[in-house]
Amino acid sequence: MEKMKTAKGRYWKAHLRCVGLLLLIWFLTSFGCGILLRDWLDESFPSVGSAPFGFWMAQQGSIVSFVLILLGYKFWMERIESELEHDKEETK
Amino acid sequence: MTQDTWNFIFIGLSFALYIGIALRQRAGSTSEYYTAGGGVSPFANGMATAADWMSAATFISMAGSLAIGGYDGSRFLMGWTGGFVLLTVLMVPFLRKFGKATVPDFIGDRYYSKAARFVAVICAIFICLTYIMGQMRGVGLVFSQLFGIEIATGVIVGGAIVFFYAGLGGMKGITYTQVAQYCVMAFAYTIPAIFIAIALTNNFIPQLGFIGDYTSGEEAVPFLEKLNTINTGLGFSKYTDGSLSKIDMFCITAALMCGTAGLPHVIVRFFTVKNVKAVRTSACWTLSFIAVIYLTAPTIGAFSRVNLIENLNNKSYSETPVWFQEFEETGQMAWVDKNGDGKIQYWGKGKSESGKSGLVFVGKPAFKEDVKGASGQKVVTNKVVTDNPNELYFGNDVMVMANPYMGGLPKWAIALLMAGCIAAALSTAAGLLLVLSTSISHDLMKKIVKPDLSDREEIKYARFASLGALLVAMWFGINPPSTFVAKTVAFAFGLAASSFFPTLLMGIFSRKMNKEGAIAGMVSGILFTMAYIIYFQFMGGTKDQYLLGISPEGIGFLGMIINFVVAFTVVQFTKAPPKEVTELIDNVRFPGGKEIAAQDH
Repeated sequence: MEKMKTAKGRYWKAHLRCVGLLLLIWFLTSFGCGILLRDWLDESFPSVGSAPFGFWMAQQGSIVSFVLILLGYKFWMERIESELEHDKEETK
Repeated sequence: MTQDTWNFIFIGLSFALYIGIALRQRAGSTSEYYTAGGGVSPFANGMATAADWMSAATFISMAGSLAIGGYDGSRFLMGWTGGFVLLTVLMVPFLRKFGKATVPDFIGDRYYSKAARFVAVICAIFICLTYIMGQMRGVGLVFSQLFGIEIATGVIVGGAIVFFYAGLGGMKGITYTQVAQYCVMAFAYTIPAIFIAIALTNNFIPQLGFIGDYTSGEEAVPFLEKLNTINTGLGFSKYTDGSLSKIDMFCITAALMCGTAGLPHVIVRFFTVKNVKAVRTSACWTLSFIAVIYLTAPTIGAFSRVNLIENLNNKSYSETPVWFQEFEETGQMAWVDKNGDGKIQYWGKGKSESGKSGLVFVGKPAFKEDVKGASGQKVVTNKVVTDNPNELYFGNDVMVMANPYMGGLPKWAIALLMAGCIAAALSTAAGLLLVLSTSISHDLMKKIVKPDLSDREEIKYARFASLGALLVAMWFGINPPSTFVAKTVAFAFGLAASSFFPTLLMGIFSRKMNKEGAIAGMVSGILFTMAYIIYFQFMGGTKDQYLLGISPEGIGFLGMIINFVVAFTVVQFTKAPPKEVTELIDNVRFPGGKEIAAQDH
């Protein structure tokens, strides 16, 4: 039972790491690029086609990155869970 | 064939499809009624959730808000899709693992309190009712525009259809109709955009045309530059700049995101798939399907703004295209010849004396019955605003509705768009109706009032509740409390952001959070948000009184922070939650938990 607990604890920690990192990216792509740093990005980043970078992030780029974030979440969590299964096998 | 025939064919076919699906998928038990039995495939659920998610307002008005606001409109794009990310990584996997049918169920059990459950039920009902009113109104509007019938008749027809498949069929009935509705919506939205992208930018992918060159003028110029030049020439701020302050933009986007993550009708859709793994796969599909439409919206907004201005600005009334008069007929566009030169002029804020507004007249247009203006235009009875030269009024809806006309699209494409608008309204209305009926039958009747309810009786209550809720929604759809509906939508998001979202979040991620903290947090968050919105929307508060410059639209974000602060303060002074609850939290946190525990024994 103790062993189970630490496996679960590890799982939860790994899960928090995954969610934390993805939400950091989520914040940077939307609030960061789309709102807070927009003026600076418009000025100093190469524009996407004819759209200034910050504006493009706000209208298109953020949505694309959200889709990628969810894909990352799915595969990352599946890996964490298969490790948990693996741990469990070993403790038996 | 005339436009009317095409409309009848497309809408008739789509309705036959929805009803046909519903007839094959009737719910027999509460589990089928609430969660379709729990065996929907992630792909199908993804489509259904996308349809559920995109309301009539999003479908019809969002491109219009983008066209008018330019960069400012991004708050809707990022707010709604970004909120879905929060919903997926912070909410649904855990609520799915919890395995009960409704959101108040989780709050009630996690905070071991009937009071908390009751507050949650009231919030759910309020959020859903506010929303569904707008949907019913949307159905009514489209019908009246199409067939020239009264809005009331349109609302009743729409309501009857929704009741037929959502009220009777439950979750099982709406799942596959929503799949069909998503397909209709996706084609209806993207096809006109493709045609117009080809016409304006010579590129058949609207997203590339948007960042590419404008080719329909004399020489090719970057499209967005063209739009900026048009905007600044007419006294608007640059399309790519916007005019909201940074802090306001930030707070509104955050409030929309957190509000979205607490929307009960979207959360319950994920209770229909097999397990937590399927939830994550399904969420990927959902957001991809949503992205198809959300990535197209800004292009439609920008293209139709150029089209609208090129077609109407500085044209005399007789030169305007036929569709202008059609939309004048329905009150979505209007022209007041302020300077009496017989030409339509469209000007922005920058050209007005006060520099504050570009309003043509006060309120929505109301026309004189039989008098026509000097050029044959309809004459408004509204009070004309004279401190600015702007003469052209148009509603947000026009950008999507008039889009195919402006682009000169074939009649079938217009009919398809109309079917899409109706699909958007019906699919969301159905999802909301389901949450309303389960909130009443399950959370209120079974869990609080009458615990010995049998399965069969519970479904009966659910059906009655959905009929009741629908009648209320239809009543408000027919008699909207004037501008009230538009304002209450901001209210619903603010409320969801300041109540549901933080409470659910703490319920999952904090083991220490107890019922006193949660209830105190919810109550103070809601009261703060409500007071702020009511003061500014209904009691005439003015802009310079805004707290930190945050508009009522974005105040839900502050309400949420207050909720967190109060909750964690109260927790310090009250008893820790009982052991069953920490066990429940542990169980919810581990997706495979049940199987692991079973093997462990």
